[in-house]
Amino acid sequence: MLSQRTIESFVGLFLLMTIIALSVLAFKVSGLTSFFQPIGYNVSAEFDEIGQLKVRSPVKIGGVVVGEVSSISLDPVSFKAIVKMHIDSNYKEIPNDSSAGILTAGLLGDNYIAINPMYSQSFLKNGDTLTDTHSAMILEKLIGQMIYKLENGGKNSDKSDKGDADSSHSKDINHEKN
Amino acid sequence: MNNLVEIKELSFQRNSRVIFDGVNIQIPQHKITAIMGPSGTGKTTLLRLIGGQLQPASGQVTVAGENVHKLSRNGLYRLRKKMGMLFQEGGLFTHLSVFENVAFPLREHTRLSNDMIRTLVLIKLEMVGLRGARDLMPNELSGGMSRRVALARAIALDPELIMYDEPLSGQDPISMGVLVKLIRTLNDYLGLTSIIVSHDVTEVLSIADYVYAIAGGKVIGQGTPDALKADKSQQLRQFLDGLPDGPVPFHYPAEALNRDLMGDII
Amino acid sequence: MFTQITLLGRWGIDTLQELGRAGVLLFRVLFRFPNLKKGFPLTLQQIYAEGVLSLLIIVVSGLFIGMVVALQGYHTLEKFGAAQQLGPLVALSVTRELGPVVTALLFAGRAGSAVAAEIGLMKATEQLSSMEMMAVDPMHRVIAPRMWGGFFSMPMLTIIFNAVAIYGAYLIGVKWLGLDGGAFWSNMRDSVDFHLDVMNGVIKSVVFGFVVIWISVFQGYSAPPTSAGIAGATTRTVVYSSLAVLGLDFILTAMMIGDW
Repeated sequence: MLSQRTIESFVGLFLLMTIIALSVLAFKVSGLTSFFQPIGYNVSAEFDEIGQLKVRSPVKIGGVVVGEVSSISLDPVSFKAIVKMHIDSNYKEIPNDSSAGILTAGLLGDNYIAINPMYSQSFLKNGDTLTDTHSAMILEKLIGQMIYKLENGGKNSDKSDKGDADSSHSKDINHEKN
Repeated sequence: MNNLVEIKELSFQRNSRVIFDGVNIQIPQHKITAIMGPSGTGKTTLLRLIGGQLQPASGQVTVAGENVHKLSRNGLYRLRKKMGMLFQEGGLFTHLSVFENVAFPLREHTRLSNDMIRTLVLIKLEMVGLRGARDLMPNELSGGMSRRVALARAIALDPELIMYDEPLSGQDPISMGVLVKLIRTLNDYLGLTSIIVSHDVTEVLSIADYVYAIAGGKVIGQGTPDALKADKSQQLRQFLDGLPDGPVPFHYPAEALNRDLMGDII
Repeated sequence: MFTQITLLGRWGIDTLQELGRAGVLLFRVLFRFPNLKKGFPLTLQQIYAEGVLSLLIIVVSGLFIGMVVALQGYHTLEKFGAAQQLGPLVALSVTRELGPVVTALLFAGRAGSAVAAEIGLMKATEQLSSMEMMAVDPMHRVIAPRMWGGFFSMPMLTIIFNAVAIYGAYLIGVKWLGLDGGAFWSNMRDSVDFHLDVMNGVIKSVVFGFVVIWISVFQGYSAPPTSAGIAGATTRTVVYSSLAVLGLDFILTAMMIGDW
């Protein structure tokens, strides 16, 4: 028979272990951030098409994560997707004429936002909007357009076929960017 | 003479088996009343009915002027603080030491300081002669000793009524003698009212002031021990003298033996 | 034929009656104002008996289950060249399913059966009756602390099990099979959501803990006061608890995935 004091200490230890385990699960396993938002500032951008972009998708510059998507909503008038991003305060000096694009990590990976910095001397601050945006590329659309071009260009010789498809491909991308 | 407990026209049945059928018993104050009867006649059930742990089918039980089965939960619990009960096996809490077992009702129902509780517990243990055993665990005690500890626990709150359920069964002659003496002295010294349920005829008749004998759900005899010893009723004689056959048959009811053995081939 | 229908009907009524009795027991424990000053130390004692004493088996099982899942997962994922996804695989399967379910099964075997046997024995040796005759309600003194103890212990054990299992997977994946440690953790962080995965698992464990301890307490309390009765009660505790946990797991998973 243990004394009540010993039992209390053991239960306290048990509780402590639980708290440690829970914080491991929260911060090391699930990367919980919603309890306390890291210090930083918010920027938004409008996209025609966001693909598989989700809340908490990373925001990268040159492949380095600088922030994450904090919310996604739809503009009821223009039917564009409004994406709000939270940028870490370590990266304060991002030129305000930078462009934002939605890219895919690898062939089947998740979407992320890539910010492409430009040369302006004034920097993004809280509440700014990125105007120059490039939508997500939807694989099905690309394939569909490629097949359409291939069929139209099917009369051409085999030799020019590949080049033709390639050029129409890049043209489509340009088109979508606008 | 006042009656502390009055049982009127009590009937009780369990799974359609009738255990009591219109039983009347009066327990006089400050006396030792024995309730005797063969095993299986529901003597323990009677104590549980008095303690309010079971509900009767009809009839009423009054303890200290209060109808046990009409009381609210709180009322019943208040009344139970005036009762002590010694269970057949003692019912000691196996995870607590002897001292803590006796201190348990005090800790639950009083706000006494630890020093006071210690004093009271040691007094109660001294009464049953086990002050030296206070640090033992229940599994280190002999059967007789654990009953004495349970007795100390039952009188810890100084009840008015104490009920003994088979206090003597399965005891060697020495501890039987100790328990008989304890029951008598505690009753007289503390001014208790005692109910003993037992089938140890000689020992109980030697200490009881009044005896009820029950069998088959009815009271078959009552009176002082001497009056009972002189009674000529067949049922009573069989029980008191320990005759193997009589009104209570040796055989459990069964069909005729030759029929059972031979089947229907006749 | 007719007797069989009668038997079936009787069985149905008996089952309903037992469910009703279990409900009454629960009601008597939950809806009676507890005495905090006396109840709290008693509940702590039960958290010790049911939680702390189950810790060893939980930690050892968690470690081995994490290691096994990592080993199996690695050899399957490797065929698709996706060994880097081992972290998410282990973390998701442990936090969502294995953690709550395995902990509940172990808890039923370790703590549930002990509680059922203890209560059954207390009843058989008239400890509960003598408590009642001392005007102490065994519901307060014996049953309620055991229920609360189990209710609090189960989620705590599950959380510890989860963390240990993931650490076990880390040992196998990174230390033994040579995956990149950084990728292991960052892939895990990318695909595990705290609320959807970790907290839903904990919610499951709360439900399981409640059901397992309820079954244990009820089986102990309603056991016939004989040695066969107590043996039956402990067996039924483990069997019924395991079935209840697995069945409820399906229902809860369907609810959580289906966004009910």
